[in-house]
Amino acid sequence: MNENAPDPALYDYHPYKDRQKIVWPGGKTCAVWVAPNLEYYEIDPPTNPHRKPWARPHPDVVGYSYRDHSNRVSHWRMADVMEQHGFPGSVSLSVALCQHHPEVVADGAARGWEFFSHGIYNTRYSYGMDVAQERAIIEDSIRTVREATGQTIRGWLAPALTHTPRTLDLLAEYGLDYTCDLYHDDQLQEVKVTSGKLASIPYSLEVNDHYGFNVYGMSGREYADCLIRQFERLASEGEYSGTVMCIPLHGYLIGQPHRIGPFAEALRHIAADPRCWQAKAGEIVDAWRDRANNPSPHVEGKR
Amino acid sequence: MSLPDSYLDYSRRRKGYDHDLYRWSNIHTREPVRWPGDASVAVFVCVSLEWFPILPVDEPFRAPGHMVTPYPDYRHYTARDYGNRVGVFRMLEAFARAGVTVSFAVNALVAERYPELIDTVKAGGHEIIAHSTDMNGTIDSSLSESDERALVGDALNRLEAATGVKPEGWLSVARSQSWRTADLLKEHGLAYCCDWVNDELPWRFANGLINLPLSVDLSDRQIVAVQQHSAEAWAQMMRDAFDWLAAESVAQSSARVLPMQLTPYIMGQPFRIDALQTLLVELAARKEAWFASGNAIVKSWAAQS
Repeated sequence: MNENAPDPALYDYHPYKDRQKIVWPGGKTCAVWVAPNLEYYEIDPPTNPHRKPWARPHPDVVGYSYRDHSNRVSHWRMADVMEQHGFPGSVSLSVALCQHHPEVVADGAARGWEFFSHGIYNTRYSYGMDVAQERAIIEDSIRTVREATGQTIRGWLAPALTHTPRTLDLLAEYGLDYTCDLYHDDQLQEVKVTSGKLASIPYSLEVNDHYGFNVYGMSGREYADCLIRQFERLASEGEYSGTVMCIPLHGYLIGQPHRIGPFAEALRHIAADPRCWQAKAGEIVDAWRDRANNPSPHVEGKR
Repeated sequence: MSLPDSYLDYSRRRKGYDHDLYRWSNIHTREPVRWPGDASVAVFVCVSLEWFPILPVDEPFRAPGHMVTPYPDYRHYTARDYGNRVGVFRMLEAFARAGVTVSFAVNALVAERYPELIDTVKAGGHEIIAHSTDMNGTIDSSLSESDERALVGDALNRLEAATGVKPEGWLSVARSQSWRTADLLKEHGLAYCCDWVNDELPWRFANGLINLPLSVDLSDRQIVAVQQHSAEAWAQMMRDAFDWLAAESVAQSSARVLPMQLTPYIMGQPFRIDALQTLLVELAARKEAWFASGNAIVKSWAAQS
């Protein structure tokens, strides 16, 4: 990025009209990926001068135990419902979860989920890191996930969405293929990096369950309706050029007993639609990169 | 501002938690739990009886629901007191009509100030658990050990003196604890607390104290006051939760708890109380439901765990 410039120059402007047509495998119009955040929040983390980890003096009992619910109860509820409706997970992983609760990570791996890094802990922020420190967390992430799952991470969602001006360049330098940190589009886009290539894959704040429940205060039924409307619109627009819908989740939110039933119904609806491509993040990035080698037989997309 | 390299030290990065307060376990693979009558869902209704002094204190912190305007805040003082004068009696009637037993988390000062209310709670066969001295009696780690010990002791002694009942359970104001709270509660002879929201069954701290989780997300304060849903929408969420837990219980052959925290000045309003009463009558008629006090749930669980 252009550090300290008004325009960070993260990407080129690319209007949502007359774009190159993208057709997802099998002729699908909307790639739907589900991104469970498997996180570990520390009870007594050190303080980063740029951001306080907890609202309350440690231990913040409600804040900590609210999130601990994922790793004792709601992860499995969320994962079972996803599997029942054919959605694999692409996991935003606090990699230290591999040490604390390897049972949770192993459960995702056994279901065939893909793992990418969400930092070491969701209570350790990148703000203020120098380049050596930031390299250390990327290398730690690659090593830790490889040891725990055999997978080589391909993507990144910054811990607690905290970045430095170097983050995206470093991800590309380490050979990562995608970032979930930019919210500027409903299709994949090229990120401007100093070396290599980095794709921005649509994640989402607006249909993230955290926004649904703790920002907008929706009921489980309202959130499920919102997911269906999001899908219907993106699947329809995808006739012109394939779109991407991400469903970012947290077990402790979506896996609450009053929300999981309506969520399961939303997944059932989306999975049953012939326009839906149930995919993992890496598969979506690969299909998008391949479009240059396998140009669509259809005419240029118009809207 | 740069970060010291120690920011990348992870001294508690290890198997299990980064603390020693309690141990990890997965609810779905634990030894099965059963409730009396083979009910699959224990419904734990917990009503908070709160007294907010018109002179709030901000140390350790100002409790949710406390005074807002410059002194004298008649608006919030009286609107909260409405719950203890009117709203709670509507709830007590709803409990009687549904034939359910619940727990009341009571500020010691409420018990001292409103003996007629306590008599009605006791006559209904409900449990009384401790809920600090009043809504200024907050706890966090900024409180000294001696002050926290004095607060817990004072709350328990005064509650017992005013009600004639020695409480077995504790709910902290805003569920906020210090590093020491679990040990202090144990030291004062309590059997359980309801502050940690990480599970849907009781569990034990390392010191033997039991935690009976009382969900924030399923509370009327969160759903109605914070998220601003109607009482009918709240009731629908409770039905959805009950149905899910009942089905999960069958699938996993192990019982569950549905926690339902109620606040008299919120759910005891005339336009909301029918939604509560209708829900309670409906759920109480379900064969899967066991409406029980916290104490009964904890005792049943402890006998098999």
